[in-house]
Amino acid sequence: MGKPVKNPSKTSLAPLVQVQGDALILSGELIFSTVPAFGEQTSKILKKEKPVMLDISGVQRIDSSGVAYLEELQLALQSRKAPKAKEPKPGIFLLKGINDNTRPVLETFSSLKLPDIPMAEHISFFEGIGSGLVNGFKAFGESLVIAADVFFWSFYGLGNRSGQRKGSFVQQGVALGVQALPIVALLSFIIGFILSLQSAVQLRNFGANIFIADLLAVTMVREMGPMLTAIIVAGRSGSAIASEIATMQVTEEIDALKMMAINPVRYVVVPKFHAISVVMPILVAFSILVGELGGLLIAIGYLDLSLESFVNRTIEILTLKDLVVSMAKSIWFAWVIVVIGSYYGFQVKGGAEGVGKATTASVVASIFAVILFDALFSLLYL
Amino acid sequence: MKNTQQTQPLISIKDLVAKYGDKTILDGITVDLLPNEITVILGGSGCGKTTLLKNILRLYEPYSGTLRYWGQDVLSMNEEEFSFVLKRIGMLFQNGALLNSISIYENVSIPLEQHTKLNREVIDRIIRVKLNLVKLSHAIHLFPSELSGGMKKRAALARALALDPEILFCDEPSAGLDPLTSAALDELLLDLKSQLNMSIVIVTHELASIHRIADKIIFLDSGKMLFYGTLQAAKEAGIPQIDTFFEVGKF
Ligand SMILES: Nc1ncnc2c1ncn2[C@@H]1O[C@H](COP(=O)(O)OP(=O)(O)OP(=O)(O)O)[C@@H](O)[C@H]1O
Ligand SMILES: [Mg+2]
Repeated sequence: MGKPVKNPSKTSLAPLVQVQGDALILSGELIFSTVPAFGEQTSKILKKEKPVMLDISGVQRIDSSGVAYLEELQLALQSRKAPKAKEPKPGIFLLKGINDNTRPVLETFSSLKLPDIPMAEHISFFEGIGSGLVNGFKAFGESLVIAADVFFWSFYGLGNRSGQRKGSFVQQGVALGVQALPIVALLSFIIGFILSLQSAVQLRNFGANIFIADLLAVTMVREMGPMLTAIIVAGRSGSAIASEIATMQVTEEIDALKMMAINPVRYVVVPKFHAISVVMPILVAFSILVGELGGLLIAIGYLDLSLESFVNRTIEILTLKDLVVSMAKSIWFAWVIVVIGSYYGFQVKGGAEGVGKATTASVVASIFAVILFDALFSLLYL
Repeated sequence: MKNTQQTQPLISIKDLVAKYGDKTILDGITVDLLPNEITVILGGSGCGKTTLLKNILRLYEPYSGTLRYWGQDVLSMNEEEFSFVLKRIGMLFQNGALLNSISIYENVSIPLEQHTKLNREVIDRIIRVKLNLVKLSHAIHLFPSELSGGMKKRAALARALALDPEILFCDEPSAGLDPLTSAALDELLLDLKSQLNMSIVIVTHELASIHRIADKIIFLDSGKMLFYGTLQAAKEAGIPQIDTFFEVGKF
């Protein structure tokens, strides 16, 4: 055992393959580091000669790779001898010269008596499309079930706080809302600023400077405010919800809750649902205000409007309907994000890897859903 | 005792101190492990058995002390030099540590593909043999998340055995296995020792298993090594902690 540690290949005897009569004689050490060399030598020899036996009396040391290699070699010799017999008989059948060094290893690692193992199934292209579609519909159905669960317990939970994590409403409100405030503010400001700048150039050509207020008010209130906020919240909070639930699922925490007779949806999701329903409209209102601020800079600095005329015009153009639709949108988006996050969280399969996949999938799905619903709202309440 | 002095120790540990941060877990461990023996590490839960293994394998760098494999100081080796040592060692982690995103087949094939130049057919055969040794042939295409706790352990053992290690470390291999499977596992370890001259270092709490396989035991208690020697000697040594360990476990 006291071999030097470095370069173990140098310590092993050089592999040697010879032919004598009808036997292929292998000698040296038949181990992980030398088997490839044996393979090269043998395949060269087999091109010319036709041995039918293997003689391994010269092999001092063998390990599982050597055993596996000998078996492959035996099958190769066998199929050359009788090419028609597809399945060679199992058993050590072409070996001679097994000695006390090699016997125990050969016995331990022989695979010839193992049952054949079917290869992994392959799914054809069309099968893949088909099962994808079926799974898609199933997922939609299942997410409706989760949605129903979430909505039921959330409205039920308004009056009855039991079964929810204690003190989590405020904590969730802070996590979902307050911490998102800076990024929402920054992005809304930039969007408001850029939108106004782009329109301002065009509007000035027509001398229609004051219409900047109309444009910005309608876009920010009806589209950009709710959608921008929803996309940020989907990325921050939707993913957090999905990964939290998914982690709880793979570590059996959800099962533990169930065993304590606690409804996991009620315990984990409902506080988030309540918190996000309150926080989201506030975030959206904030986003609209900051976006307007960005536009105001352009209006005053580039279009020479006065603060008063900009504000007056904005108030004039906005209707109650605009505001209601905007708030309705924001609450609806919030719910969509929670439901999709929970759905992917509860659906998680596999271990830590599954958590990552679930999180990514939930973000993609909720951003997609937000944009889709935004389009629907715009079509319905033009 | 005389003939043990003639054989060169396989792993030689001297004054090993292991810490997590400021917390000293192991203090002054000195022991020589001999080749072709099964050494069982014993001790209460949380006494530092896993920590000892991880320090011997340099997964955590020992705080101080020396560590020799086959007579070579490994603490002074750089990562590349030490990787030659690691290729001759297999480790079965306490919770399996299989890669979850790939199947059992692929898990076992990782070391074979990374460290050898064998062709597909030979690798394929080795994987099937190794999985058969741990009685998992039927699970070859399953994913870790589809296995039971005990099956994961066995799959991880197959992976640890992939390259025919000269030393095998096992952290509680039989935890979570039924008595029959556990006994079969012990048989396998004994086979590996007798037929392939493998040396095995193993952490286990199972008294039955200790009696079946242990050549030597190491007993750890509150950071110190209380005893190293044969099981028989341990029982006769009259160390109270060891006596209670075997007494309570007897039921
Ligand atoms: N990563 C870590 N950081 C800090 N402390 C740790 C860490 N891992 C373990 N410990 C502490 O080290 C001590 C020994 O832990 P270790 O895992 O070695 O115990 P063990 O003997 O293997 O126990 P068990 O039989 O339960 O597996 C424990 O007190 C534990 O709290
Ligand atoms: Mg442990």
